[in-house]
Amino acid sequence: MISRIYVAQKAIDSRAKVLQNSWNKLGLSGRVTGVTLLDSYTIHASLTSSHLKKAASALCNPSLEIATISKLPKVASYTYVIEIGFMPGVTDNVAKTAEEAIADTLHRPFKKGEAIYTSKVFFVSGTLSKKDAELIAGSLHNPLIERAAIFSKNEIAKKGTLPLVVPEVVLPKRTPVIPVSLALPDEELIRIGKEGIFDAEIGTRRGPLALDLASMRVIKDYFKKLKRNPTDIELESLAQTWSEHCKHTIFANSIDDIKDGLYKTYIKGATNIIRQKKGTDDFCLSVFSDNAGGIMFDNDYLVTHKVETHNSPSALDPFGGAITGIVGVNRDTIGFGLGAKPVANCYGFCFGDPFDTRPLYRDKNRTQKMLSPRRIMDGVIKGVNVGGNCSGIPTLNGFVRFDDRFRGKPLVFVGTVGLMPREKKGKRLDEKEAKAGDYIVVVGGRVGADGIHGATFSSVVMDTSSPATAVQIGDPITQKKLSDAIVKEARDLGLYSSITDNGAGGISCSVAEMAKECGGAKVHLEKVPLKYPGLQPWQIWISESQERMTLSVPKKKWKAFQSLMKKRGVEATIIGEFTSSGNMVVNWKGKKIMDLPLEFLHNGLPKHQLQSEQVVHTYKTPALPKGGDRTKILEELVAVGNIGSFDWISTQYDHEVQAGSVVKPLSGRGRINTDAQVFRPLLSSKKGVVLSSALYPSYSDLDTYAMAAAAIDTAIRNAVAVGGSLDMLAILDNTCWCSSYDKNRLAELVDAIRACYDVAVGFETPFISGKDSMFNDFKGYDGKGNPVKISIPPTLLISAIGVMSDLHKAVTPEFKNAGDSIYLLGETKDELGASEYFKLLAKKQKSEALGKNVPKVDIEKNKKTYRALEKAIGLGLVASSLSVTSGGLAAALGKAVVGGMLGATISLKNLPGEKLSVDQALFSESQGRILVSVAPQDITDFEEIMKEVPHAEIGIVSAGRALVVNDAKNKVVVKTTVDKLNKAYRMLSTKVA
Amino acid sequence: MKPKALILSGYGLNCEEEAKFAFEMAGGEGDIIHINDLIVKPAMLLKYQILVFPGGFSYGDDTGSGKAYANKLRNHLKKELDVFIKRDTLTIGICNGFQIITSLGLVPGALTHNESAQYIDRWVDLKAEGDSPWLTGIEKISVPIAHGEGRYIIDEKEYKKMKANGQIAFTYTKGDMCAYQNLPSNPNGAMYDIAGVLSYDGRVLGMMPHPERALFFHHLPDWTEKREQLRRKGITEIPEEGPGLALFKNAVNYFKNK
Repeated sequence: MISRIYVAQKAIDSRAKVLQNSWNKLGLSGRVTGVTLLDSYTIHASLTSSHLKKAASALCNPSLEIATISKLPKVASYTYVIEIGFMPGVTDNVAKTAEEAIADTLHRPFKKGEAIYTSKVFFVSGTLSKKDAELIAGSLHNPLIERAAIFSKNEIAKKGTLPLVVPEVVLPKRTPVIPVSLALPDEELIRIGKEGIFDAEIGTRRGPLALDLASMRVIKDYFKKLKRNPTDIELESLAQTWSEHCKHTIFANSIDDIKDGLYKTYIKGATNIIRQKKGTDDFCLSVFSDNAGGIMFDNDYLVTHKVETHNSPSALDPFGGAITGIVGVNRDTIGFGLGAKPVANCYGFCFGDPFDTRPLYRDKNRTQKMLSPRRIMDGVIKGVNVGGNCSGIPTLNGFVRFDDRFRGKPLVFVGTVGLMPREKKGKRLDEKEAKAGDYIVVVGGRVGADGIHGATFSSVVMDTSSPATAVQIGDPITQKKLSDAIVKEARDLGLYSSITDNGAGGISCSVAEMAKECGGAKVHLEKVPLKYPGLQPWQIWISESQERMTLSVPKKKWKAFQSLMKKRGVEATIIGEFTSSGNMVVNWKGKKIMDLPLEFLHNGLPKHQLQSEQVVHTYKTPALPKGGDRTKILEELVAVGNIGSFDWISTQYDHEVQAGSVVKPLSGRGRINTDAQVFRPLLSSKKGVVLSSALYPSYSDLDTYAMAAAAIDTAIRNAVAVGGSLDMLAILDNTCWCSSYDKNRLAELVDAIRACYDVAVGFETPFISGKDSMFNDFKGYDGKGNPVKISIPPTLLISAIGVMSDLHKAVTPEFKNAGDSIYLLGETKDELGASEYFKLLAKKQKSEALGKNVPKVDIEKNKKTYRALEKAIGLGLVASSLSVTSGGLAAALGKAVVGGMLGATISLKNLPGEKLSVDQALFSESQGRILVSVAPQDITDFEEIMKEVPHAEIGIVSAGRALVVNDAKNKVVVKTTVDKLNKAYRMLSTKVA
Repeated sequence: MKPKALILSGYGLNCEEEAKFAFEMAGGEGDIIHINDLIVKPAMLLKYQILVFPGGFSYGDDTGSGKAYANKLRNHLKKELDVFIKRDTLTIGICNGFQIITSLGLVPGALTHNESAQYIDRWVDLKAEGDSPWLTGIEKISVPIAHGEGRYIIDEKEYKKMKANGQIAFTYTKGDMCAYQNLPSNPNGAMYDIAGVLSYDGRVLGMMPHPERALFFHHLPDWTEKREQLRRKGITEIPEEGPGLALFKNAVNYFKNK
């Protein structure tokens, strides 16, 4: 039986007003006169009418809402009704809660085949055409995951209810396993690698394996030796394990004369050398070997950090991509060692211009439209909102960057910090080992067709063949239950011997990865719990359905483990056993369908020799503004997206849950965004954890070595400026590149990674974890159907994590007191190349003049400066401290006065460094600089500490609300007010919030 | 003996650890109990003087905040909860906990989407108005909020009754934090600026703001500025405690002083 329950709001519904405003912005200005929202629950279950009444009462809060059964409530006036529901098989979290609530109420669980499907119903009134209604519907749903239906008033009036739609997944009966012959010519092998296995039953290919010809040939030869064809599942499994996403071939292969590849030579190489140098002061505990990197917090605890990207899924479904990104990286934390507790989230978004309306299409016929940068931005922000807030993890560190070249593919960085006791009952918790004989157990969500080919998909350029099934939706509550049950209970009871996340490649990767610990595994695939029947074995094996983890549970612990999971509402299922056979074996209903030696599975991938080729880009210098006054241009500069406030993101992310907040994402009277945050992960300890991040994608246009060096220097400087110490600071690298088979791009990559080595070793800040995403290109068509390729600027995100011995020493960036002296630490040079200032001028002049001198990092000098600052902060001598980054000294001054709601009078006369023009002095982005303010009483002590490092007193904080900057000849070059700057600083935020 | 608080957990509640810490910091004891364990052994409630519905996202706010968790309690623990409330006990629902206890009917009114239809995390200033052991000695207090559905709804008649009976625990007001960061006093459009309410006898408190996130001095948004002011007066020792602790001390002392 199918019935519907509608729930309507009785009186106020603030969502309606907000929607109405947003639709009017779609070009329907003023024509939408009213909106009424209903929640609909389509119930496919045999319930009596008294059951339904009780069910309705469980779904409705009588003081706010009214429920009706199989009849739409009366809505005063409307023109159209729009219903938005999910496509078959898409995760429907609300439906899951509704099922549980109804089961609680009726004391009757839902039976097999029974289900609830939710949808949202919008009654829209106004002078609207069907086309207008379609426009509104388009803004309300993403056709990859949702369905929309539009009804006229007449259609509704006749029936009094909406048609009953059950978006059930019905899969045709299929042959479970097929052998794939590889006795084929090269061009056929290439096609299989690129487009997937040909499925004769449906007459199409199954989607990208992302295996190149060399890999296909290795597989062909291997099976030739075995004198049999591979099965589809074997081929799919190899494709997952060998994917760029999982094996990081570009970082692993030899390149030019770098025999051991970039990762081993420069990233791991840097960490090894730093750890040796640090000797007994080495704080690394677990680096590069686990789902996250782990460093010492104190004698009893360790902290972990991991930053991931979720770019490709976010381009197709921004909300789903971002939410699965954030809850996915949470699982990396839960899967670190025997399980760390997530204690902080980070994010970083790179978007196209949100006001850019030029359309892009995935296909030539212009039927598959890409989402606009604005839709992508809003969806991604919302995804991290729901994922982070629902999980009870504070979202602390974050940034947003804009560049036109992110409109084809956004970058979505998500990170999680974890906390874990170092030992329990004398056993190290950061070490794990699955043992032969342990059960293979999956816990958490069930498997569906969602997320198939995620790993192989993100390893290729996005184009028309990008699979819709690559999209997944997260379910943070299922994961929260799982997380609590694991890291707050099962771990400390010692109920399992190893654990890992199910991310890319699903169980095909997690089981094969854990099998390395003991030397084999045998899976009975039919035991894997499914969302709906009919999936083929290969699909079950590689599906990336979310919120699942794989554990090895010793047989004698299984009963206890199973009963604990049951009590916590977490599904746990044995799907096989770890072995020492040396092979990864998969059975389907008693028949062996996969049998591959782990050695071939993990190490059979052919090695490539990569070649790079240097290329030099030169740009003209933009024309500089005439005259000496720079007031107006400064006001414009603090308004650009890469400098201005993103407070509308910070305030919608819960950053205070877990009660550890010390330095928040917004600071001071003027609520400026902070570059680094401090929090207290363990309320019983006074130690703080410092987080920061930095990136300079634009610098890549000139010099990727400088780009990477500046990112590291800035991440470190941000951390030191808030109170961190160079002695206890580790970093993470996230490399997002484009067209990575292009020799020039490879040369740029080599440069950047070489800088990683040089700068990390120079500062003795070890890399503890990292991730790369190498194909951030969009290939498609513009509004006229002309082919376009948009590649992101090569981007290296550096995230830093440090431990502060006393969190009460933390310093915030805004000016604090009138009369305080303002100092600039570090040297200012003629380094305006690819700066925000030059980009702004170039944009105004409609040119691509980025200039020449991109900022370079002087490690030794900067290190001295940072050490001196550390000392001054430790003695409490620093009232405010702000790292000078994009927009240079002028933008830094702007932020410091807005943050403090105080004025400042500044002279450029004594700036340490080269002799400079006013543009260079104000806007150069030279690295290694910090803007600090010092109380009059502390000046002598402060200057004594700064004796050996470049520094100058450049002005005074003033009570009035004026920012006045004089040049070397005492001529006024900037004269503005805090209020003007504040308004400019919040321009984007005001427009989009 | 230290007064004991039972802090509920499970299904997406997530502020239980800091709530437990708050009661311990205030001199009490706290145990975090999963709702399913309480359903199996409801008699354990008898050991406790304080019951806490902490903040979080029970069931992801799906079907409406607090609804599904309240529904579970109503269908499995109603009798035991009634007995607990009737004893001389104290109960608090914070944020999602407040949404749960309004759904259960332990305190009047209801909570719906913020006026901005947006989740918001910021600090607010509260005026304590009601008559309750939870509020002893508190006049004004600043604490953070973090919610998407915190707009308190009540009809006028009921409001008047509550007001007369001292059941309005907290109202949003313009105080230190609003002045400091130039923010409107009422963050979500709550009717009559209501941030927290009490049961008829004052022993059950429901509030949207999070006092357990204001336990330490360093939780305050302006603590680094305050530290500078103290330093300039020659004071280098900075305070340890934050304003939110007062509520937890009140609850603990209510039983200690008996």
